[in-house]
Amino acid sequence: MAEFLTRRRFLSTTAGMAGAAALGGLAMPARASGSLTVGFIYVGPRDDYGYNQAHAEAAAVVKAMEGVTVIEEENVAETQDVQQTMESMINFDGATLLFPTSFGYFDPHILKVAPANPDVRFEHCGGLWSEGMPTNTGSYFGYIGMGQYLNGIAAGHATKTKKIGFVAAKPIPQVLLNINSFLLGARSVDPTITCQVIFTGEWSMAVKEAEATNALADAGADVITCHVDGPKVVMETAASRDCFICGYHANQSELAPEKYLTGAEWNWATVYTDMVKKTMAGEPIDNFVRGGLAEGFIKMSPLGPAVSDAARKQFEDTNAKIMAGGYAVISGPMKDNAGNVIAKEGEAFEETDVALESMNYLVEGVIGSTS
Amino acid sequence: MAIGADITGPGRPARAWLLPLAGRVEGFVLPVAALLTGFLAFAVFLLFLGKSPVDFYALVYKAGFGTAFSWTNTLSRAAPLLFAALCVAIPARLGLVVIGGEGAIVLGGVMTGGLAAALAGWPALIAMPLLAIMAAVVGGLWIGAVGALRQWRGVNETIASLLMAYIAIALMNHLVEGPLRDPASLNKPSTAPLAETLKVGDLPGWNVHWGLVLGILGCIFAWVLIERTTLGFSARIAGGNVRAAQVQGLPVGKLVIGFTALGGAFAGLAGYFEVSAVHGSANASLASGYGYTGILVAFLARHNPLAIIPVALLLAGFEASSGLVQRRMDLPDATMLVLQGFVFVAILASETFTGRIDLVGWLSKGGRA
Repeated sequence: MAEFLTRRRFLSTTAGMAGAAALGGLAMPARASGSLTVGFIYVGPRDDYGYNQAHAEAAAVVKAMEGVTVIEEENVAETQDVQQTMESMINFDGATLLFPTSFGYFDPHILKVAPANPDVRFEHCGGLWSEGMPTNTGSYFGYIGMGQYLNGIAAGHATKTKKIGFVAAKPIPQVLLNINSFLLGARSVDPTITCQVIFTGEWSMAVKEAEATNALADAGADVITCHVDGPKVVMETAASRDCFICGYHANQSELAPEKYLTGAEWNWATVYTDMVKKTMAGEPIDNFVRGGLAEGFIKMSPLGPAVSDAARKQFEDTNAKIMAGGYAVISGPMKDNAGNVIAKEGEAFEETDVALESMNYLVEGVIGSTS
Repeated sequence: MAIGADITGPGRPARAWLLPLAGRVEGFVLPVAALLTGFLAFAVFLLFLGKSPVDFYALVYKAGFGTAFSWTNTLSRAAPLLFAALCVAIPARLGLVVIGGEGAIVLGGVMTGGLAAALAGWPALIAMPLLAIMAAVVGGLWIGAVGALRQWRGVNETIASLLMAYIAIALMNHLVEGPLRDPASLNKPSTAPLAETLKVGDLPGWNVHWGLVLGILGCIFAWVLIERTTLGFSARIAGGNVRAAQVQGLPVGKLVIGFTALGGAFAGLAGYFEVSAVHGSANASLASGYGYTGILVAFLARHNPLAIIPVALLLAGFEASSGLVQRRMDLPDATMLVLQGFVFVAILASETFTGRIDLVGWLSKGGRA
């Protein structure tokens, strides 16, 4: 069994392959000097109307840049799979800047591959980098909770039943912040509004997402948003139940233009073009990059036709305040939905506050439980 | 052999010795022919898409087997497939179609991740085997339960194992997000990370973990068990004809439960290696479909544990090349799945030719008129 493991065998097969490649006319892409090959890796399909599409749209912007070759791979699991994909992009395509975009790619996968490839830069989406980790890795993330807060304002004006709904994947801090922000945005319009949340338990599970959306509509919710990898099913199901919808991750307005109020979108093109430019110019990139609406890391979908003038005004005013900086969605006095105090009088958590990154509660007015 | 006696009539002695050989040849030629047929059919499919099959297979070769890196890629993907395939192949010798190995993989991983925290201070020499054994035990119990349901309650093992895989994944999510969750794992709920001393390393000089070697040893062990022991012989008889086995007084019930449990134990080991050699903690990434690819591997290998080794390498090579195919030929990720589907159908269809080709005649006369 060990025979084919020998190095000699590898060399001979490699040589054989070189011949086969020549015969087959299989040209390796030439690496011109001054050019950069950038690899994007997605955990799901790149046309999922969601998380992956948001990255793929930005990759398309990078692709249009001068001297840049973009290579992409979709449906790469958070296993050995992604380690090998990274190595493959480095070995076969000469990629020197990689964007493995899924949260679960970082630890242990990027952390294992990066030290073995010191000349390659690994930029990970999720904001996990900390001091002491390999210096050729970095991470970036955006404060998209603010986007859900603005979604909530549009929802608060649109709801007739005073019930809004949220289809969520897992009760983790990033998701909880979005749920809470969505409700608090709506409550800034009318404090009697409640938001029911249903957790599907999976990042991508179309059947459960449809069931959850229907259950929310059955319970009376008339504006629905979500935080799952691909919002397409939630958006289409909600619209078919005559609910208004607020988008997430990417722009889903074309799925139901009349029902789409607005949406919290990632704007990764800002991050990617900046990092690619810096890499090509030989400038260093910060290992830890964050931004929100003001920095252009996230953006809102254009307001839909169902948004009233009053809603538009409050939406735009609040947007301006957020852009100015220092806006806090979680500010005291505030309780969670079990009655525990989460912010005392005078206490406020701005979007940049690290305390928000370990959020483990649902605010008062959210119907649901984190466990 | 009894069958040999039928053929060895007066005037036909030359054929008798060829019979076992013919069986071997058929066991090799049929799957290979089926494989090639699958490739050919897929080539036609590619032509319809306007893509070059030559480029495609050249890329598959290059990315799966063409360079040292390709081999690293392929071998590291093969390790879990070996275990997952054993979970299908071992019960299959008893005529049982178990397709829920994914559940045992996931639970083996959770057991490893959960128990490792409790064993943090233990010497690796004791803790590591203990973790592996416990992962195998939980996998064995899970798939063994499928065998028990089959034996005692008459529940179809195929459906039961598949449904139990969903239960296992739900159980994993519950445990990893609840009782076993490391509070520090904020946005990706996981068990506490394994202590460095408990992690399984790579083979010396290779970027491939030890699970590969254990998987190969597992295949050899399973082959010896099935082909060279009375236990395996009993199982094969029971798989061929349960009534006959019962009349002979063979413990069919124990065999069913024992063999399903053994298969599950191997799947549990796959989970052990995923956590201890790849992920470093148990989380939702454990349910990544190795159990299902293992079904394909086992069927392609015709449930022969030794054949699992090359077949697992072949399929791992396919998966290793999936990325390059996506990037170079602009084909979707599902391409490899379609190819696997073509091959699978071809293999299943080839089963109908088993025993119908007169290889003895061919071999003794150099082909018939």
